[in-house]
Order: sequence, then structure tokens, then C-alpha cells
Amino acid sequence: MKRVQFSHSPIPYLFIAPQIIIICIFFLWPAAQAIYQSFLLEDAFGLSSQFVWFKNYKDTILTDAWLQSAGFTLVFSFLVTFLSLALAMLLAVKANEVIQGARTYKTMLMWAYAIAPPVAGLMGNLMFNPLIGDLYYFLNAMGWDFNHKLDSFDAGFVVVLIAVWKQVSVNFIFFLSGLQGIPKSVIEAATIDCKSNLRRFWTMTFPLLAPTTFFLVVINITYAFFETFGIIDTTTGGAPGGSTSTLVYKVFTDGFRGNDLGGSSAQSVVLMLMVLALTVIQFRFIERKVHY
Amino acid sequence: MAEVKLTNVNKVYSNGAHAVRGVNMEIADGEFIVFVGPSGCGKSTLLRMVAGLETVTEGDLYIDENRINDVSPAERNVAMVFQNYALYPHMTVRGNMSYGLKNRGDSKEEIEQKVIAAAKTLHIEDFLDRQPNQLSGGQRQRVAMGRAIVRNPKVFLFDEPLSNLDAKLRVQMRIEIKKLQRKMGVTSIYVTHDQTEAMTLADRLAVINNGQIEQMGKPIELYKDPKTLFVASFIGSPQVNLISVRYDGKFLKSGSLEIDGFEGLPIAEELVLGLRPEHLRIDDQGKLAMKIDLVEQHGADNLVYGSLEGAKNEDGDDLELCLRLNQGQEPSIGETINLSYDHSNALVFSKETGKRLI
Repeated sequence: MKRVQFSHSPIPYLFIAPQIIIICIFFLWPAAQAIYQSFLLEDAFGLSSQFVWFKNYKDTILTDAWLQSAGFTLVFSFLVTFLSLALAMLLAVKANEVIQGARTYKTMLMWAYAIAPPVAGLMGNLMFNPLIGDLYYFLNAMGWDFNHKLDSFDAGFVVVLIAVWKQVSVNFIFFLSGLQGIPKSVIEAATIDCKSNLRRFWTMTFPLLAPTTFFLVVINITYAFFETFGIIDTTTGGAPGGSTSTLVYKVFTDGFRGNDLGGSSAQSVVLMLMVLALTVIQFRFIERKVHY
Repeated sequence: MAEVKLTNVNKVYSNGAHAVRGVNMEIADGEFIVFVGPSGCGKSTLLRMVAGLETVTEGDLYIDENRINDVSPAERNVAMVFQNYALYPHMTVRGNMSYGLKNRGDSKEEIEQKVIAAAKTLHIEDFLDRQPNQLSGGQRQRVAMGRAIVRNPKVFLFDEPLSNLDAKLRVQMRIEIKKLQRKMGVTSIYVTHDQTEAMTLADRLAVINNGQIEQMGKPIELYKDPKTLFVASFIGSPQVNLISVRYDGKFLKSGSLEIDGFEGLPIAEELVLGLRPEHLRIDDQGKLAMKIDLVEQHGADNLVYGSLEGAKNEDGDDLELCLRLNQGQEPSIGETINLSYDHSNALVFSKETGKRLI
């Protein structure tokens, strides 16, 4: 076969230059810095540093505190992703069937999208405030001895609840547009072929929504890993005893509260590798089962 | 095997649109009924009501003796073929065809048997393990048909199933659908806006206009004996020539044109004379003079277009006329020819009511 020869023009490179520059400045350079930092041991005032190879990794990774944080991150991410997707899908399927006042209904479900995570956290903080929080009183009145300042399960409940509430609206928008992308006649054909609504959902709607769901799983895991930082910081601050501290939050507290820049960098490098692995897994194994 | 009965069926949408108005119809077992009409006339709505995809606002639907107004679509034992095929994109051809049977609870062997048999009938047995997006338009159409016949339904419903196919394939599938329906003897309702499809497929044809049945009968009856102006203009291709006239007791008059030979028509009322292109013939003694503008050669016959001298339409322009001639008869453009027709074929309608007078 004859190879096609393109003349080398600088113009294509010019077009991708902005993106390349952004990646270099905001990803490659900081990443390289983090890797370099992770091999250094610095004194508390940042006056001197010394090259220590993998000591930072040995001291921070796989310690009890790190394992606890990793465990919480996994459980937290799973819960947030699963619950926010499941709730959003349920709401979207129901909203899609509404005929009267559909627009108002949908707009109201989308509202929470406009709230930034730290603000959502602050709102949660007020609602769970032991002095004036309505939800705090409600849960205690229900017979649950609720105190998220002392009990790590209760604290986890608070952050999961707020993170899910914040994310449902985003997922709802995507699911709704995904549902509207399913040809009406396909659903009608299924109505003639299948009597049970529930069965029709699992055999028709759910598989046809799979591309949207897959995309949202990726987005939501990223959200739970990184963007929930604002929520955790404004509600529990990792308390009690670091039990609601995700890996990202731990990187922050160790580095900026504990002034252990080397250890913090080591953790962030590990976190980066974990996310990389996760992404590969997602695209390799899950995407294969998705029908586009 | 089933009879379908519609009594005084109405559909009013929530926005107030009255899509179907008091339709009464009895469809015999094994009959092939075609609903034909312009877009928006309510023919699809009517079909979808039989399928259960639209609710019935008023009136009753029966399949055999059972009132099915409130029966779910899956339990009506009907099968529908959609315009865009509506194949399940995430299932193979086999999956598409067996989906309904599986949900009905048929056994695996039974399903496999039925699918293979249906696939053989439609010559799609080689595609059973393909996804719909790997098939051509014609093949998808066959799969959609297969999905319908595999269920062995009481009633087949077709919603403009051929309109996404190219012209050649459309004719071919049309013949196949007709043959298949004959062979299976399943009562069928077919919706189309294509009058050729309607004429060729139907045992009986229902011309629908504005949510009502204008006329229902054998295709040839509707062609020969249309009850209204709408039916006359909808059935027949090319369309019937319509000439606005008034009757003065002796002549039908349009502009300076005078046509004799009609009796017993209301005087001075606005009337419409309908003459089909195939009923006009060249005749030197003929009273109609036509100046030829255009000749279309269709192979077997020629369609000649021109203006009818003397006659004016409502806007005062010359009236356009179309004439069908056999191959070989090919008058030249610009020539004026005289035409005559059989009185028995002439149709006269009241303009106001649209009803046929003669």
C-alpha cells in the first residue's frame, strides 16, 4: 500500500498549542513537582531539604491512618456514585413520564446543580448543627442517637448524604437527556412485546441508557474522589479522628496542616497512580460491555 | 384469526385536538384493511389506538368479542411494524425476534423453533446473530416483519412500514407483505399516505380525512365510485382533473367553455367536474381543446400536461389538465388537440359540500 505523505505544516500544531500549554502548566509541571517533592524530606520551616529516596512513601503509605483513609475513600466513593446514580435514574425515569407541568418539575430537580460543593457543605452544616439543625433534631427525634461530631458512622452519613444530594441533579440532567435520546417507537415496540413495566425497564431502558450510565460512573467517581473535598472541609473537616477524611483530604491536611510536604506529595503520587489504574479499568473492561 | 370492531371511536388529545371523530368499522377475519389519508388526518392515531399506544377517549374497541379499551398493549395479542422499524438496538436479530416470546413465557425450544421458522419465511436466517446496525434498510424491515410474525398475533398493525425504503425495494416489500398476509391469513391494518400502496394492498380501503372516514370500500369501488370530492382527488394517480363549473340548465360552464350532456343538476350552484386523465382521449370531434405544455414519458404510457382552452379556475388563470395516453401516441408540445370522454366516467361534485352529485 502506498503511504500518504502529508506536507509538514506548522498550522495543526498551532491549533493544539493552547491545549498543550494548559496541560503542561496545570498538569505535567505540578505532577513532576509532586514526584520530585515526594523524594525530599523538608524541615518544618521549609529552609532546608534533603533527598531521601522512598522514605516518604514508606512512612505515609500503608500506614494505619492511610489505610483507614483509603478504606473510607473506597466506601464513600462507591456509596456516593451508586446512590446518586440510582436516585437520579429513578427520578429521571419518573420525570420523563410526567406530562402535566413537566418543565417545572424538571427545573426543580435540576436546581441543586447550581450549588458549589463548599456551599452545599455549609448548608449541610447548618442542617446538622447540634444547636439549630433541623435534620439533627429530626434524626434524634426518630430515636437515632445521632451525633456526627463524635460518631464516625454518623459523620460518614452526613458527608455521603450531602455529596449525593449535590450530585443527583447533574446525573438527573444527563439521564433525562439520555432517556429522551431513546427512540419513542423502540419503547412503544417494547410495550407491545412486554407487559411488565419493571421488566421492560431492565431489559430495554437500562441497557439503552448504558452509554450515559458509563459516562456518569466515570464522572461520579472522579467527583467522589476529588470534588467532595469542599463538602468534607466545610462539614466534618475529616473528623472525628480522620474517619471521614478521603485520600485527597488527607493529602491536604498532611501537607498544609501538618507541613509534611514530602509525605503529602508521596500520597498524591500514589493517588494519581490509583486514578490512572481506575481509568484504565473503566475503559478496558466496562466500556466493552456497553452498547453504543 | 380475529375480527376487529370499532364503534363510535373518538380521540381528543389533552390539548383539545380532536384527532379521531366517531369512527365505526368492522373488519372481517383475515381481511387486509388500509387506512389512507393526508398527514395529520388521524389515521396513525386510529391505528395506535388499536395497538393500545394511545388511549381511547370515547367509544369501544373489540377484537373478536372482547372489549380491549383497557387491555394493555402486550395482552391484546397484536403485533406492530413501525415506520422506522423500531428494532431493539442492543439485541441481535434473534434477540429482537424472541423478546416478545420470552416475556410471554414460551419455552426456549419453542422460541428457537418459531424464530427459525419466521426467519426462513423472510430469508433472514443468515443474519440472526447480527446487530440491527449491521443490517441494510431492507434487511431491518424484514427483521421488523419477523418480529411481528413470530408472535403469531391476532392482528397485524403496520404504520407506514415502507416509507423509509427506496422506491424499488418498496415495491418488492409491498408484494411480499401482501403474499405473506395472504399466506398467514392474519387480519391486518395498514396505514399509509401512499395511494399506490393503498390501492394495491387493500382488500378494503378507508380514506380518512380530518379524523373521519370519508369512504370505505374495495379500492376499485373507491376509484370508480367516489362519494366525495376528497376521495376522488385522493385516489388515482395522476390526480383527477378538477374543473370548476356552474350549471345553467343545459350546459356546464367554465369561462367561455360550455359542456353539454348533463341533466338534473342544481342550477347556478358552484360545481366541480372531475375527469380522470385515463378517461380522456384524443378525438377530433371532441369539445375540449387542450394546448400542450409538457409531455412526460413513463415508458408504458405518456402523461400529457396542458391548459384547457376557455376554462378558467377560481383565480381566472387557465385551467391545467392532465391526460394519459398509450405509448406511441405522443403529441408535440405547443400543439392543440381536441379531447372527448365518456359521460359514464364523468364525476360531478357540489363544491360547497364536496358530495358527489353524478
